[in-house]
Amino acid sequence: MAVTARADGGLDWRRRTPRGDLAVWAGWLAAVALTVACFEYISQRTIWAFVWDAPTQGADLVGRMFPPRWSYAEQLWKPLWDTVNIATLGTVLAVVFGVPLAFLAAHNTTPSRLLVRPVALFVIVASRSINSLIWALVLVIVLGPGMLAGVLAIGLRSVGFIAKLLYEAIEEIDATQVEAVSATGASRPQVLAWGIVPQVMPAFAGLTVFRWDINIREATVLGLVGAGGIGMQLQSSINVLAWPQVTMIFVLILGTVLVSEWLSARVRHAII
Amino acid sequence: MSAAASLPARGKTGFDAAAAARAWRPPPLIAAPWLRYAVYLGALAYAVLAFGTLEVNWARAAEGLERGLRFLSGFFPPDFTSKGDDILEGLMESLTMTVVSTVIGIALSIPVALGASRNLAPLPVYLVCRAIIAVSRTFQEIIIAIVFVAMVGFGPLAGMLTLSFATIGFMAKLLAEDIEDIEAAQAEAVRATGSSWFQLLAWGILPQVRPRLIGLSAYRLDINFRESAVLGLVGAGGIGDTLNTSFDRYEFDTAAAVLLIIIVIVLACEYSSSWIRRKVQ
Repeated sequence: MAVTARADGGLDWRRRTPRGDLAVWAGWLAAVALTVACFEYISQRTIWAFVWDAPTQGADLVGRMFPPRWSYAEQLWKPLWDTVNIATLGTVLAVVFGVPLAFLAAHNTTPSRLLVRPVALFVIVASRSINSLIWALVLVIVLGPGMLAGVLAIGLRSVGFIAKLLYEAIEEIDATQVEAVSATGASRPQVLAWGIVPQVMPAFAGLTVFRWDINIREATVLGLVGAGGIGMQLQSSINVLAWPQVTMIFVLILGTVLVSEWLSARVRHAII
Repeated sequence: MSAAASLPARGKTGFDAAAAARAWRPPPLIAAPWLRYAVYLGALAYAVLAFGTLEVNWARAAEGLERGLRFLSGFFPPDFTSKGDDILEGLMESLTMTVVSTVIGIALSIPVALGASRNLAPLPVYLVCRAIIAVSRTFQEIIIAIVFVAMVGFGPLAGMLTLSFATIGFMAKLLAEDIEDIEAAQAEAVRATGSSWFQLLAWGILPQVRPRLIGLSAYRLDINFRESAVLGLVGAGGIGDTLNTSFDRYEFDTAAAVLLIIIVIVLACEYSSSWIRRKVQ
């Protein structure tokens, strides 16, 4: 805040000093300049003739996409079932590995803050920083195309997510309950089972269902790189430009995502 | 509790089965026994069915192991130089895409967020804005990218449009939640001075949601970079394009280099965005 005296002796209130004003404007100017420069870079790599054509292309595409080929749905139930399985088994895999990892990473339950905790944190970060599609791309090379690569890709990405949110929940527990349990003479596993687990259970259940919901969305596109599920039908339909089939797939994906979102919202409401 | 009464008996016999049966146990999560067992049975049946669909071709996996090892050995050392130009090009595309799409996405999401706040907007506007948010959030970025690539052609512009579109839904939803949670008294006080609607926004609402707005923007910038790394798989430009190409050419050392670069930038983004969020909140 800056106050300046006027000629008639009154005081003017301003939010910033003139120097501060200048700095803020310079900041905005730099931000705008950066954005424009970035857009310029993208623009150089764009064939604008195609873009000006986009409304026509878009209308043409919509024309081709409708009506959806409803009969194609018969061939899609199996891939859709696979997609749901990829998401669910991937989530189960992530829970199996994520929960112990979270207990190793939380500073109040880790066996060693100096040795184990940094390793656990590194595993969490590495898992989180790579998108499940990239994991799938790598795993398809190793395992061949198919559901297994998809399940592992979803699992590898979700381990970090579940472990991160769970260890944050573990670190925020009420310490007095833990103290009360250990005051009864409970051993370390007993303290874990009766003092800590009941406190983080709602958070754990909530975030697992939340991740399952995200995984359903991600599993729908994993097939684009060959990792099973409905994305494989999507890829082959796009490759042969069968747009009515693509629309049908989009409709099914939309339906699945809405159902899974509704389901996860219901479950989260019930437990939290 | 009830177990305490039978404690002396336990002292004599060592283990008292009757007491153990009466001992306190935590109540089960699902109270009705038939429902509980039905859920267990259902889960078991599902597990069997789901594992059944998982066809594992072990011969193929063993074969792939060799390729997997070659991929792993690509990390020692990763090859940054021989395809250096391609990597740089992809990286620049990803970064520029991230910046522009975040700016455009935020600029467009603010009006949508205002419209999607029940305490500011009339019902018709509210419903329209909520519909925009729902559409933008439902589809995966990759699927939107497929449509945009079909419309504007291959290249980073399609990626930029995709990320802008996805940003609108994300930002508008979370910002609208925050606007609906503001302290009504402050907005009331500003309104009582006879301010116009825009003055109300600037002095009654913006100061209350600014920390959240800045925090969300930083978070979305971080997400947009992560996503820009995969959009290349469907031809929407960025470093994902470089990665995909190097996998297709079996240049695993270049792929390893690209992956390392992605991890480093994602980490840098994550730490700076969480630092900004801590700073403003």
